[in-house]
Amino acid sequence: MTQAGSVRTAPARAGVASRGRSWLGQGMPRRILVGALGVLALALFWELYIFFGPADGVIVGGITVLPRASEMAMPHLWVMLERVLEPVTGGANAIPMWQAVLEASLFTLGIAAVGWIVGVTVGLALALLMQRFKLAESAILPWIILSQTVPLIALAPLVRRWGAQIEFGAFTWENWMSVALIASYLAFFPVSIGALKGLGSPDANHVDLMHCYAVGWWKTLWRLRLPASVGYLLPALRLAAASAVIGSVVAEVSIGLRGGIGRLIVEYAGAAGSDPGKPWAPIFGSVLVGLVAAGFVGLVSLFLRRFRRGEVAS
Amino acid sequence: MTTAAAPVEHAVAVNAVSRVFAGRKGASVTALDAVSLTVAPGEFVSLIGPSGCGKSTLLRLIADLDTPTSGSIEVFGKTARQARIDQDYGIAFQQAGLLPWRTVAGNIELPLELHGTGKAARRERAAELIELVGLSDFAGHYPDQLSGGMQQRVAIARSLAESPSLLLMDEPFGALDEMTRERMQNELVRICAETSAAVVFVTHSIPEAVFLSNRVVVMSPRPGRIRDVLSVNLGRMSDRGENLREDEDFFHSVSQVRELLHGSASTGARGVETR
Repeated sequence: MTQAGSVRTAPARAGVASRGRSWLGQGMPRRILVGALGVLALALFWELYIFFGPADGVIVGGITVLPRASEMAMPHLWVMLERVLEPVTGGANAIPMWQAVLEASLFTLGIAAVGWIVGVTVGLALALLMQRFKLAESAILPWIILSQTVPLIALAPLVRRWGAQIEFGAFTWENWMSVALIASYLAFFPVSIGALKGLGSPDANHVDLMHCYAVGWWKTLWRLRLPASVGYLLPALRLAAASAVIGSVVAEVSIGLRGGIGRLIVEYAGAAGSDPGKPWAPIFGSVLVGLVAAGFVGLVSLFLRRFRRGEVAS
Repeated sequence: MTTAAAPVEHAVAVNAVSRVFAGRKGASVTALDAVSLTVAPGEFVSLIGPSGCGKSTLLRLIADLDTPTSGSIEVFGKTARQARIDQDYGIAFQQAGLLPWRTVAGNIELPLELHGTGKAARRERAAELIELVGLSDFAGHYPDQLSGGMQQRVAIARSLAESPSLLLMDEPFGALDEMTRERMQNELVRICAETSAAVVFVTHSIPEAVFLSNRVVVMSPRPGRIRDVLSVNLGRMSDRGENLREDEDFFHSVSQVRELLHGSASTGARGVETR
Protein backbone atom coordinates (compact mmCIF):
# COMPACT_ATOMS: atom_id res chain seq x y z
CA MET A 1 0.00 0.00 0.00
CA THR A 2 2.93 2.29 0.60
CA GLN A 3 4.14 1.85 -2.93
CA ALA A 4 1.96 4.58 -4.33
CA GLY A 5 3.43 6.99 -1.82
CA SER A 6 7.00 6.09 -2.58
CA VAL A 7 6.76 6.49 -6.33
CA ARG A 8 8.25 9.81 -7.07
CA THR A 9 6.22 11.31 -9.84
CA ALA A 10 8.25 13.64 -11.97
CA PRO A 11 6.42 16.68 -13.37
CA ALA A 12 6.84 15.35 -16.88
CA ARG A 13 5.28 12.09 -15.84
CA ALA A 14 2.31 13.92 -14.42
CA GLY A 15 1.87 15.56 -17.79
CA VAL A 16 1.73 12.20 -19.52
CA ALA A 17 -0.65 10.79 -16.97
CA SER A 18 -3.13 13.59 -17.39
CA ARG A 19 -2.81 13.50 -21.16
CA GLY A 20 -3.33 9.77 -21.14
CA ARG A 21 -6.41 10.19 -19.02
CA SER A 22 -7.76 13.00 -21.17
CA TRP A 23 -7.93 10.63 -24.13
CA LEU A 24 -10.39 8.39 -22.38
CA GLY A 25 -12.04 10.60 -19.81
CA GLN A 26 -13.40 14.06 -19.92
CA GLY A 27 -10.67 15.39 -22.18
CA MET A 28 -11.82 13.67 -25.35
CA PRO A 29 -15.27 15.29 -25.65
CA ARG A 30 -13.57 18.57 -24.88
CA ARG A 31 -11.13 18.10 -27.74
CA ILE A 32 -13.94 17.29 -30.13
CA LEU A 33 -15.86 20.31 -28.92
CA VAL A 34 -12.91 22.64 -29.39
CA GLY A 35 -12.28 21.18 -32.83
CA ALA A 36 -15.91 21.66 -33.84
CA LEU A 37 -15.82 25.21 -32.52
CA GLY A 38 -12.81 25.91 -34.71
CA VAL A 39 -14.64 24.74 -37.83
CA LEU A 40 -17.72 26.70 -36.80
CA ALA A 41 -15.66 29.86 -36.32
CA LEU A 42 -14.26 29.48 -39.83
CA ALA A 43 -17.76 29.03 -41.26
CA LEU A 44 -18.98 32.05 -39.32
CA PHE A 45 -16.09 34.15 -40.57
CA TRP A 46 -16.88 33.15 -44.15
CA GLU A 47 -20.53 34.11 -43.85
CA LEU A 48 -19.74 37.34 -41.99
CA TYR A 49 -17.37 38.38 -44.75
CA ILE A 50 -20.01 37.69 -47.39
CA PHE A 51 -22.41 39.82 -45.39
CA PHE A 52 -20.15 42.74 -44.55
CA GLY A 53 -17.45 42.56 -47.23
CA PRO A 54 -17.64 44.91 -50.25
CA ALA A 55 -19.13 43.24 -53.30
CA ASP A 56 -16.24 44.36 -55.50
CA GLY A 57 -13.56 43.56 -52.96
CA VAL A 58 -10.96 45.97 -51.66
CA ILE A 59 -8.51 47.23 -54.25
CA VAL A 60 -5.44 49.18 -53.23
CA GLY A 61 -3.39 50.64 -56.08
CA GLY A 62 -4.79 48.21 -58.60
CA ILE A 63 -4.13 45.18 -56.42
CA THR A 64 -7.03 43.27 -54.92
CA VAL A 65 -6.19 42.83 -51.25
CA LEU A 66 -9.58 41.48 -50.17
CA PRO A 67 -11.74 39.25 -52.37
CA ARG A 68 -15.08 40.19 -53.82
CA ALA A 69 -17.94 39.13 -51.64
CA SER A 70 -20.29 38.47 -54.52
CA GLU A 71 -22.31 35.29 -54.71
CA MET A 72 -20.26 34.10 -57.66
CA ALA A 73 -16.88 34.54 -55.95
CA MET A 74 -17.91 33.48 -52.45
CA PRO A 75 -21.00 31.30 -52.40
CA HIS A 76 -22.87 30.82 -49.15
CA LEU A 77 -22.12 27.65 -47.25
CA TRP A 78 -25.61 26.36 -47.78
CA VAL A 79 -25.19 26.83 -51.52
CA MET A 80 -22.15 24.58 -51.38
CA LEU A 81 -23.97 22.00 -49.28
CA GLU A 82 -27.06 22.01 -51.47
CA ARG A 83 -24.91 21.60 -54.52
CA VAL A 84 -23.30 18.47 -53.06
CA LEU A 85 -26.68 16.80 -52.85
CA GLU A 86 -27.72 17.65 -56.39
CA PRO A 87 -26.72 15.67 -59.48
CA VAL A 88 -23.39 16.52 -61.10
CA THR A 89 -24.94 17.73 -64.35
CA GLY A 90 -28.37 18.42 -65.67
CA GLY A 91 -28.21 15.17 -67.61
CA ALA A 92 -30.88 12.56 -67.06
CA ASN A 93 -28.63 9.82 -65.76
CA ALA A 94 -26.22 12.01 -63.77
CA ILE A 95 -25.15 10.67 -60.39
CA PRO A 96 -25.37 12.89 -57.29
CA MET A 97 -22.42 15.18 -56.72
CA TRP A 98 -21.49 13.65 -53.35
CA GLN A 99 -21.20 10.26 -54.97
CA ALA A 100 -18.96 11.51 -57.73
CA VAL A 101 -16.75 13.33 -55.24
CA LEU A 102 -16.61 10.35 -52.89
CA GLU A 103 -15.60 8.01 -55.70
CA ALA A 104 -12.91 10.40 -56.84
CA SER A 105 -11.73 10.82 -53.22
CA LEU A 106 -11.39 7.07 -52.78
CA PHE A 107 -9.50 6.84 -56.04
CA THR A 108 -7.06 9.52 -54.97
CA LEU A 109 -6.80 8.09 -51.46
CA GLY A 110 -5.78 4.75 -52.92
CA ILE A 111 -3.07 6.31 -55.05
CA ALA A 112 -1.88 8.44 -52.12
CA ALA A 113 -1.72 5.32 -49.95
CA VAL A 114 0.45 3.53 -52.48
CA GLY A 115 2.63 6.62 -52.74
CA TRP A 116 2.84 6.85 -48.97
CA ILE A 117 3.86 3.22 -48.55
CA VAL A 118 6.50 3.45 -51.26
CA GLY A 119 7.72 6.78 -49.88
CA VAL A 120 7.92 5.52 -46.30
CA THR A 121 9.75 2.38 -47.41
CA VAL A 122 12.26 4.29 -49.48
CA GLY A 123 12.66 6.97 -46.80
CA LEU A 124 13.32 4.37 -44.11
CA ALA A 125 15.74 2.47 -46.32
CA LEU A 126 17.69 5.64 -47.06
CA ALA A 127 17.75 6.58 -43.38
CA LEU A 128 19.04 3.12 -42.43
CA LEU A 129 21.71 3.32 -45.09
CA MET A 130 22.80 6.75 -43.91
CA GLN A 131 22.78 5.63 -40.28
CA ARG A 132 24.88 2.59 -41.06
CA PHE A 133 27.48 4.26 -43.22
CA LYS A 134 28.73 7.73 -42.43
CA LEU A 135 29.97 7.94 -46.02
CA ALA A 136 26.47 7.28 -47.33
CA GLU A 137 25.15 10.11 -45.21
CA SER A 138 27.58 12.62 -46.67
CA ALA A 139 26.92 11.28 -50.14
CA ILE A 140 23.13 10.99 -50.09
CA LEU A 141 21.83 13.62 -47.68
CA PRO A 142 22.55 16.65 -49.91
CA TRP A 143 20.76 14.94 -52.80
CA ILE A 144 17.75 14.18 -50.64
CA ILE A 145 17.45 17.82 -49.71
CA LEU A 146 18.10 18.91 -53.29
CA SER A 147 15.43 16.50 -54.56
CA GLN A 148 12.70 18.59 -52.97
CA THR A 149 13.65 21.69 -54.89
CA VAL A 150 12.60 20.14 -58.20
CA PRO A 151 9.11 21.41 -59.01
CA LEU A 152 6.44 18.78 -59.38
CA ILE A 153 5.24 20.22 -62.64
CA ALA A 154 8.64 19.60 -64.17
CA LEU A 155 8.77 16.10 -62.84
CA ALA A 156 5.37 14.84 -63.93
CA PRO A 157 5.91 14.66 -67.72
CA LEU A 158 9.30 13.03 -67.20
CA VAL A 159 7.92 10.32 -64.97
CA ARG A 160 5.11 9.71 -67.38
CA ARG A 161 7.41 9.41 -70.38
CA TRP A 162 9.87 7.09 -68.59
CA GLY A 163 7.03 5.04 -67.26
CA ALA A 164 5.59 4.57 -70.70
CA GLN A 165 8.82 2.86 -71.75
CA ILE A 166 8.61 0.30 -68.97
CA GLU A 167 7.10 -2.94 -70.09
CA PHE A 168 7.97 -6.47 -69.18
CA GLY A 169 5.76 -9.49 -69.44
CA ALA A 170 2.19 -8.75 -68.50
CA PHE A 171 3.21 -5.66 -66.62
CA THR A 172 2.67 -2.30 -68.20
CA TRP A 173 3.21 1.04 -66.55
CA GLU A 174 -0.02 2.88 -66.03
CA ASN A 175 -0.67 6.52 -65.43
CA TRP A 176 -1.85 6.05 -61.88
CA MET A 177 1.55 4.57 -61.10
CA SER A 178 3.19 7.76 -62.26
CA VAL A 179 0.94 9.69 -59.89
CA ALA A 180 1.76 7.35 -57.00
CA LEU A 181 5.44 7.65 -57.80
CA ILE A 182 5.28 11.42 -57.65
CA ALA A 183 3.36 11.21 -54.38
CA SER A 184 6.06 8.95 -52.99
CA TYR A 185 8.67 11.41 -54.21
CA LEU A 186 7.20 13.99 -51.86
CA ALA A 187 6.46 11.52 -49.06
CA PHE A 188 9.90 9.96 -48.72
CA PHE A 189 11.58 13.22 -47.80
CA PRO A 190 10.24 13.84 -44.28
CA VAL A 191 10.55 10.14 -43.47
CA SER A 192 14.20 9.89 -44.45
CA ILE A 193 15.11 13.04 -42.53
CA GLY A 194 12.99 12.18 -39.47
CA ALA A 195 14.12 8.57 -39.35
CA LEU A 196 17.77 9.55 -39.71
CA LYS A 197 17.43 11.91 -36.78
CA GLY A 198 15.49 9.33 -34.77
CA LEU A 199 17.92 6.50 -35.44
CA GLY A 200 20.74 8.72 -34.24
CA SER A 201 18.84 9.84 -31.15
CA PRO A 202 19.85 7.21 -28.54
CA ASP A 203 22.23 8.48 -25.86
CA ALA A 204 25.91 7.62 -26.07
CA ASN A 205 25.16 5.80 -22.84
CA HIS A 206 22.73 3.42 -24.51
CA VAL A 207 25.00 2.87 -27.48
CA ASP A 208 27.89 2.09 -25.10
CA LEU A 209 25.67 -0.38 -23.30
CA MET A 210 24.90 -2.21 -26.55
CA HIS A 211 28.60 -2.28 -27.29
CA CYS A 212 29.23 -3.79 -23.85
CA TYR A 213 26.64 -6.43 -24.66
CA ALA A 214 28.65 -7.21 -27.79
CA VAL A 215 25.61 -7.10 -30.04
CA GLY A 216 25.84 -6.17 -33.70
CA TRP A 217 24.31 -3.36 -35.70
CA TRP A 218 21.09 -5.17 -36.53
CA LYS A 219 20.27 -6.08 -32.95
CA THR A 220 21.17 -2.57 -31.82
CA LEU A 221 18.88 -1.29 -34.54
CA TRP A 222 15.98 -3.46 -33.52
CA ARG A 223 16.29 -3.14 -29.75
CA LEU A 224 17.54 0.43 -29.46
CA ARG A 225 17.58 2.63 -32.53
CA LEU A 226 14.19 1.81 -34.00
CA PRO A 227 12.25 2.10 -30.72
CA ALA A 228 14.11 5.32 -29.93
CA SER A 229 13.24 6.75 -33.35
CA VAL A 230 9.47 6.39 -32.95
CA GLY A 231 9.12 9.85 -31.44
CA TYR A 232 10.78 11.35 -34.51
CA LEU A 233 9.18 8.99 -36.97
CA LEU A 234 5.52 9.63 -36.19
CA PRO A 235 5.49 13.35 -37.04
CA ALA A 236 7.44 12.44 -40.17
CA LEU A 237 4.85 9.84 -41.14
CA ARG A 238 2.08 12.40 -40.66
CA LEU A 239 3.94 14.90 -42.82
CA ALA A 240 4.50 12.19 -45.38
CA ALA A 241 0.77 11.40 -45.43
CA ALA A 242 -0.09 15.03 -46.08
CA SER A 243 2.61 15.24 -48.75
CA ALA A 244 1.37 12.07 -50.43
CA VAL A 245 -2.17 13.47 -50.66
CA ILE A 246 -1.03 16.82 -52.03
CA GLY A 247 1.38 15.07 -54.37
CA SER A 248 -1.38 12.82 -55.71
CA VAL A 249 -3.82 15.66 -56.28
CA VAL A 250 -1.27 17.85 -58.05
CA ALA A 251 0.23 14.99 -60.04
CA GLU A 252 -3.20 13.89 -61.27
CA VAL A 253 -3.57 17.31 -62.81
CA SER A 254 -0.04 17.40 -64.23
CA ILE A 255 -0.20 13.89 -65.66
CA GLY A 256 -3.81 14.26 -66.77
CA LEU A 257 -5.08 11.22 -64.97
CA ARG A 258 -8.85 10.92 -64.91
CA GLY A 259 -10.96 9.66 -62.03
CA GLY A 260 -9.26 11.39 -59.11
CA ILE A 261 -10.08 14.38 -57.01
CA GLY A 262 -7.37 16.52 -58.61
CA ARG A 263 -9.00 16.12 -61.98
CA LEU A 264 -12.40 16.99 -60.51
CA ILE A 265 -11.04 20.17 -58.95
CA VAL A 266 -9.81 21.39 -62.32
CA GLU A 267 -12.88 20.19 -64.17
CA TYR A 268 -15.41 21.75 -61.80
CA ALA A 269 -13.45 24.99 -61.44
CA GLY A 270 -14.52 25.77 -64.98
CA ALA A 271 -18.12 25.71 -63.87
CA ALA A 272 -17.59 28.39 -61.22
CA GLY A 273 -19.04 31.13 -63.43
CA SER A 274 -22.48 29.62 -63.69
CA ASP A 275 -22.50 27.16 -60.79
CA PRO A 276 -20.54 28.71 -57.88
CA GLY A 277 -21.19 25.83 -55.47
CA LYS A 278 -19.75 23.19 -57.76
CA PRO A 279 -15.95 23.77 -57.39
CA TRP A 280 -16.24 23.48 -53.65
CA ALA A 281 -17.38 19.88 -53.59
CA PRO A 282 -14.05 18.35 -54.76
CA ILE A 283 -12.17 20.74 -52.49
CA PHE A 284 -14.06 19.32 -49.54
CA GLY A 285 -13.33 15.91 -50.99
CA SER A 286 -9.59 16.55 -50.91
CA VAL A 287 -9.88 17.80 -47.33
CA LEU A 288 -11.60 14.53 -46.52
CA VAL A 289 -8.78 12.54 -48.10
CA GLY A 290 -6.27 14.49 -46.04
CA LEU A 291 -8.23 13.87 -42.85
CA VAL A 292 -8.44 10.14 -43.47
CA ALA A 293 -4.71 9.99 -44.17
CA ALA A 294 -3.89 11.92 -40.98
CA GLY A 295 -6.34 9.76 -39.03
CA PHE A 296 -4.62 6.63 -40.23
CA VAL A 297 -1.25 7.84 -38.96
CA GLY A 298 -2.94 8.79 -35.69
CA LEU A 299 -4.12 5.22 -35.42
CA VAL A 300 -0.60 3.94 -36.03
CA SER A 301 0.77 6.21 -33.32
CA LEU A 302 -1.79 4.86 -30.89
CA PHE A 303 -0.19 1.44 -31.19
CA LEU A 304 3.29 2.85 -30.73
CA ARG A 305 2.48 4.88 -27.64
CA ARG A 306 4.76 2.82 -25.43
CA PHE A 307 7.79 3.92 -27.41
CA ARG A 308 7.04 7.58 -26.90
CA ARG A 309 7.69 7.43 -23.17
CA GLY A 310 11.25 8.40 -23.92
CA GLU A 311 10.14 11.88 -24.88
CA VAL A 312 9.02 12.66 -21.37
CA ALA A 313 11.50 10.63 -19.32
CA SER A 314 14.83 12.16 -18.44
CA MET B 1 43.37 -20.53 -23.60
CA THR B 2 46.28 -19.43 -21.44
CA THR B 3 48.67 -22.33 -21.67
CA ALA B 4 51.19 -20.64 -19.42
CA ALA B 5 49.86 -21.73 -16.07
CA ALA B 6 49.11 -18.63 -14.05
CA PRO B 7 48.88 -19.63 -10.40
CA VAL B 8 46.62 -16.71 -9.50
CA GLU B 9 44.31 -15.56 -12.22
CA HIS B 10 43.50 -11.91 -11.81
CA ALA B 11 40.03 -10.61 -12.42
CA VAL B 12 41.63 -7.58 -14.00
CA ALA B 13 45.26 -7.03 -14.85
CA VAL B 14 46.18 -3.61 -16.17
CA ASN B 15 49.74 -3.50 -17.37
CA ALA B 16 51.51 -0.18 -18.08
CA VAL B 17 48.52 1.23 -19.86
CA SER B 18 48.57 4.67 -21.41
CA ARG B 19 45.79 6.41 -23.22
CA VAL B 20 46.54 9.54 -25.22
CA PHE B 21 43.70 11.48 -26.78
CA ALA B 22 44.64 13.41 -29.87
CA GLY B 23 43.44 16.95 -29.40
CA ARG B 24 42.95 19.70 -31.91
CA LYS B 25 45.87 21.39 -33.63
CA GLY B 26 48.16 18.49 -32.87
CA ALA B 27 47.89 18.97 -29.13
CA SER B 28 47.31 15.73 -27.27
CA VAL B 29 46.02 14.93 -23.82
CA THR B 30 47.51 12.10 -21.80
CA ALA B 31 44.54 10.73 -19.91
CA LEU B 32 46.44 7.79 -18.50
CA ASP B 33 50.17 7.41 -18.19
CA ALA B 34 51.69 3.96 -17.62
CA VAL B 35 49.06 2.76 -15.19
CA SER B 36 49.35 -0.71 -13.72
CA LEU B 37 46.80 -2.32 -11.47
CA THR B 38 45.49 -5.76 -10.62
CA VAL B 39 42.17 -6.71 -9.15
CA ALA B 40 41.77 -10.11 -7.53
CA PRO B 41 38.61 -12.18 -7.98
CA GLY B 42 35.95 -11.06 -5.54
CA GLU B 43 37.86 -7.94 -4.62
CA PHE B 44 36.23 -4.51 -4.42
CA VAL B 45 38.53 -1.81 -5.77
CA SER B 46 37.62 1.84 -5.95
CA LEU B 47 39.24 4.34 -8.26
CA ILE B 48 39.21 7.81 -6.75
CA GLY B 49 40.68 11.11 -7.83
CA PRO B 50 39.83 14.59 -9.04
CA SER B 51 38.18 15.20 -12.39
CA GLY B 52 40.46 14.44 -15.30
CA CYS B 53 42.59 11.89 -13.48
CA GLY B 54 41.55 9.23 -15.96
CA LYS B 55 39.53 7.02 -13.62
CA SER B 56 36.59 6.79 -15.98
CA THR B 57 38.96 6.33 -18.91
CA LEU B 58 40.56 3.41 -17.11
CA LEU B 59 37.15 1.85 -16.51
CA ARG B 60 36.18 2.30 -20.15
CA LEU B 61 39.44 0.64 -21.20
CA ILE B 62 38.71 -2.35 -18.98
CA ALA B 63 35.19 -2.51 -20.46
CA ASP B 64 36.68 -2.36 -23.98
CA LEU B 65 34.66 0.73 -24.75
CA ASP B 66 37.99 2.29 -25.64
CA THR B 67 41.42 0.90 -26.51
CA PRO B 68 44.70 1.81 -24.83
CA THR B 69 47.35 3.69 -26.76
CA SER B 70 49.97 1.41 -25.23
CA GLY B 71 50.12 -1.32 -22.62
CA SER B 72 47.77 -4.23 -22.18
CA ILE B 73 44.69 -5.13 -20.25
CA GLU B 74 43.63 -8.63 -19.30
CA VAL B 75 40.29 -9.58 -17.85
CA PHE B 76 40.23 -13.09 -16.43
CA GLY B 77 43.32 -13.87 -18.47
CA LYS B 78 41.75 -12.79 -21.76
CA THR B 79 42.00 -9.61 -23.72
CA ALA B 80 39.50 -6.96 -22.73
CA ARG B 81 37.83 -7.39 -26.10
CA GLN B 82 37.39 -11.12 -25.68
CA ALA B 83 36.11 -10.61 -22.15
CA ARG B 84 33.51 -8.21 -23.47
CA ILE B 85 32.44 -10.61 -26.19
CA ASP B 86 32.24 -13.39 -23.60
CA GLN B 87 30.16 -11.12 -21.33
CA ASP B 88 32.52 -11.54 -18.41
CA TYR B 89 31.54 -8.27 -16.84
CA GLY B 90 28.43 -6.32 -15.98
CA ILE B 91 28.46 -2.55 -16.19
CA ALA B 92 26.60 0.38 -14.65
CA PHE B 93 27.06 4.04 -15.51
CA GLN B 94 26.35 7.29 -13.73
CA GLN B 95 23.11 7.63 -15.64
CA ALA B 96 20.96 4.59 -15.13
CA GLY B 97 20.54 4.39 -18.91
CA LEU B 98 17.33 2.40 -18.82
CA LEU B 99 15.33 2.04 -22.00
CA PRO B 100 12.27 4.22 -21.38
CA TRP B 101 9.91 1.97 -23.35
CA ARG B 102 10.71 -1.09 -21.27
CA THR B 103 9.41 -1.89 -17.82
CA VAL B 104 11.69 -2.55 -14.87
CA ALA B 105 11.53 -6.27 -15.59
CA GLY B 106 12.00 -5.66 -19.33
CA ASN B 107 15.11 -3.58 -18.72
CA ILE B 108 16.66 -6.19 -16.47
CA GLU B 109 15.88 -8.88 -19.03
CA LEU B 110 17.47 -6.90 -21.86
CA PRO B 111 20.98 -8.42 -21.73
CA LEU B 112 19.50 -11.90 -21.31
CA GLU B 113 17.18 -11.33 -24.25
CA LEU B 114 20.00 -10.04 -26.43
CA HIS B 115 22.05 -13.12 -25.69
CA GLY B 116 19.28 -15.54 -26.39
CA THR B 117 18.20 -16.70 -22.96
CA GLY B 118 14.82 -18.42 -23.02
CA LYS B 119 11.73 -16.56 -21.94
CA ALA B 120 11.01 -18.57 -18.81
CA ALA B 121 14.61 -18.41 -17.59
CA ARG B 122 14.61 -14.69 -18.29
CA ARG B 123 11.47 -14.10 -16.25
CA GLU B 124 12.82 -16.09 -13.38
CA ARG B 125 16.18 -14.34 -13.32
CA ALA B 126 14.57 -10.91 -13.55
CA ALA B 127 12.22 -11.69 -10.68
CA GLU B 128 15.19 -12.85 -8.61
CA LEU B 129 17.14 -9.66 -9.29
CA ILE B 130 14.16 -7.41 -8.70
CA GLU B 131 13.84 -9.07 -5.33
CA LEU B 132 17.55 -8.58 -4.70
CA VAL B 133 17.41 -4.84 -5.29
CA GLY B 134 14.14 -4.52 -3.40
CA LEU B 135 11.83 -3.43 -6.20
CA SER B 136 9.35 -6.28 -6.10
CA ASP B 137 6.37 -3.95 -6.22
CA PHE B 138 7.68 -2.14 -9.28
CA ALA B 139 8.44 -4.89 -11.78
CA GLY B 140 5.79 -3.59 -14.18
CA HIS B 141 6.63 0.09 -13.80
CA TYR B 142 8.31 2.15 -16.49
CA PRO B 143 11.54 4.04 -15.75
CA ASP B 144 9.82 7.44 -15.82
CA GLN B 145 7.64 6.27 -12.95
CA LEU B 146 10.67 5.64 -10.74
CA SER B 147 12.86 7.90 -8.63
CA GLY B 148 16.54 8.33 -9.51
CA GLY B 149 17.60 5.90 -6.80
CA MET B 150 15.17 3.27 -8.00
CA GLN B 151 16.32 3.66 -11.60
CA GLN B 152 19.89 3.18 -10.45
CA ARG B 153 18.90 0.03 -8.59
CA VAL B 154 17.34 -1.31 -11.79
CA ALA B 155 20.58 -0.51 -13.62
CA ILE B 156 22.55 -2.43 -11.00
CA ALA B 157 20.15 -5.36 -11.25
CA ARG B 158 20.60 -5.27 -15.03
CA SER B 159 24.39 -5.32 -14.65
CA LEU B 160 24.04 -8.43 -12.50
CA ALA B 161 21.66 -10.17 -14.90
CA GLU B 162 24.17 -12.58 -16.37
CA SER B 163 25.88 -13.27 -13.04
CA PRO B 164 29.18 -11.69 -14.09
CA SER B 165 32.23 -12.29 -11.94
CA LEU B 166 33.29 -8.69 -12.57
CA LEU B 167 31.26 -5.54 -12.09
CA LEU B 168 32.35 -2.23 -13.60
CA MET B 169 30.69 0.79 -12.08
CA ASP B 170 31.27 4.35 -13.20
CA GLU B 171 30.01 6.67 -10.45
CA PRO B 172 26.70 4.83 -10.28
CA PHE B 173 25.56 6.89 -7.30
CA GLY B 174 27.00 10.17 -8.54
CA ALA B 175 23.65 11.72 -9.37
CA LEU B 176 21.87 10.67 -6.18
CA ASP B 177 21.23 12.67 -3.05
CA GLU B 178 23.29 11.90 0.04
CA MET B 179 20.67 9.86 1.88
CA THR B 180 19.74 7.73 -1.12
CA ARG B 181 23.40 7.35 -1.81
CA GLU B 182 24.22 5.91 1.60
CA ARG B 183 21.30 3.54 1.38
CA MET B 184 22.46 2.40 -2.06
CA GLN B 185 25.98 1.86 -0.73
CA ASN B 186 24.60 -0.34 2.04
CA GLU B 187 22.70 -2.34 -0.56
CA LEU B 188 25.69 -2.63 -2.86
CA VAL B 189 27.78 -4.00 0.00
CA ARG B 190 25.07 -6.56 0.66
CA ILE B 191 24.71 -7.47 -3.03
CA CYS B 192 28.47 -7.84 -3.44
CA ALA B 193 28.61 -10.12 -0.43
CA GLU B 194 25.88 -12.24 -2.01
CA THR B 195 27.32 -12.41 -5.51
CA SER B 196 31.05 -12.41 -4.65
CA ALA B 197 31.88 -10.58 -7.86
CA ALA B 198 34.97 -8.46 -8.24
CA VAL B 199 34.11 -4.79 -8.55
CA VAL B 200 35.93 -1.85 -10.10
CA PHE B 201 34.14 1.20 -8.80
CA VAL B 202 34.80 4.75 -9.98
CA THR B 203 33.85 7.49 -7.55
CA HIS B 204 34.92 10.89 -6.33
CA SER B 205 33.50 10.45 -2.88
CA ILE B 206 36.07 9.52 -0.24
CA PRO B 207 33.70 7.97 2.33
CA GLU B 208 31.98 6.02 -0.42
CA ALA B 209 35.28 4.58 -1.62
CA VAL B 210 36.34 3.68 1.91
CA PHE B 211 33.00 2.24 2.92
CA LEU B 212 32.76 -0.05 -0.09
CA SER B 213 36.27 -1.10 -0.89
CA ASN B 214 38.93 -3.60 -0.05
CA ARG B 215 41.39 -1.31 -1.74
CA VAL B 216 41.19 2.33 -2.72
CA VAL B 217 43.25 3.43 -5.72
CA VAL B 218 44.06 7.12 -5.45
CA MET B 219 44.75 8.77 -8.79
CA SER B 220 46.17 12.14 -9.78
CA PRO B 221 45.49 14.15 -12.91
CA ARG B 222 47.51 15.51 -15.81
CA PRO B 223 48.74 13.00 -16.68
CA GLY B 224 46.45 10.41 -15.10
CA ARG B 225 48.53 8.27 -12.77
CA ILE B 226 48.03 6.06 -9.78
CA ARG B 227 49.38 8.02 -6.81
CA ASP B 228 48.88 5.34 -4.21
CA VAL B 229 46.87 2.28 -3.34
CA LEU B 230 45.39 2.03 0.13
CA SER B 231 44.21 -1.21 1.64
CA VAL B 232 41.14 -0.71 3.74
CA ASN B 233 40.86 -3.19 6.55
CA LEU B 234 37.30 -2.78 7.62
CA GLY B 235 36.35 -6.40 7.63
CA ARG B 236 34.50 -8.60 5.23
CA MET B 237 31.84 -7.27 2.92
CA SER B 238 29.11 -9.22 4.62
CA ASP B 239 30.00 -7.68 7.98
CA ARG B 240 29.88 -4.11 6.81
CA GLY B 241 26.80 -2.24 7.82
CA GLU B 242 25.43 1.14 8.69
CA ASN B 243 27.35 1.38 11.98
CA LEU B 244 30.62 1.12 10.11
CA ARG B 245 30.19 4.76 9.18
CA GLU B 246 30.61 5.72 12.84
CA ASP B 247 33.65 3.48 13.24
CA GLU B 248 37.00 4.98 14.26
CA ASP B 249 38.83 2.85 11.67
CA PHE B 250 36.47 4.15 9.01
CA PHE B 251 37.33 7.76 9.87
CA HIS B 252 40.98 6.90 9.96
CA SER B 253 40.87 5.42 6.47
CA VAL B 254 38.87 8.39 5.22
CA SER B 255 41.56 10.78 6.44
CA GLN B 256 44.25 8.61 4.95
CA VAL B 257 42.61 8.70 1.53
CA ARG B 258 42.09 12.43 1.87
CA GLU B 259 45.72 12.97 2.69
CA LEU B 260 46.75 10.94 -0.31
CA LEU B 261 44.38 12.87 -2.53
CA HIS B 262 45.53 16.27 -1.38
CA GLY B 263 49.20 15.38 -1.32
CA SER B 264 51.24 14.75 1.80
CA ALA B 265 50.68 18.13 3.46
CA SER B 266 47.29 17.60 4.98
CA THR B 267 46.02 19.35 8.06
CA GLY B 268 43.86 16.39 8.80
CA ALA B 269 40.71 18.45 9.08
CA ARG B 270 38.16 15.75 9.31
CA GLY B 271 34.61 15.83 8.20
CA VAL B 272 34.91 18.81 5.92
CA GLU B 273 34.19 16.83 2.84
CA THR B 274 31.58 14.26 3.51
CA ARG B 275 30.90 13.12 0.05
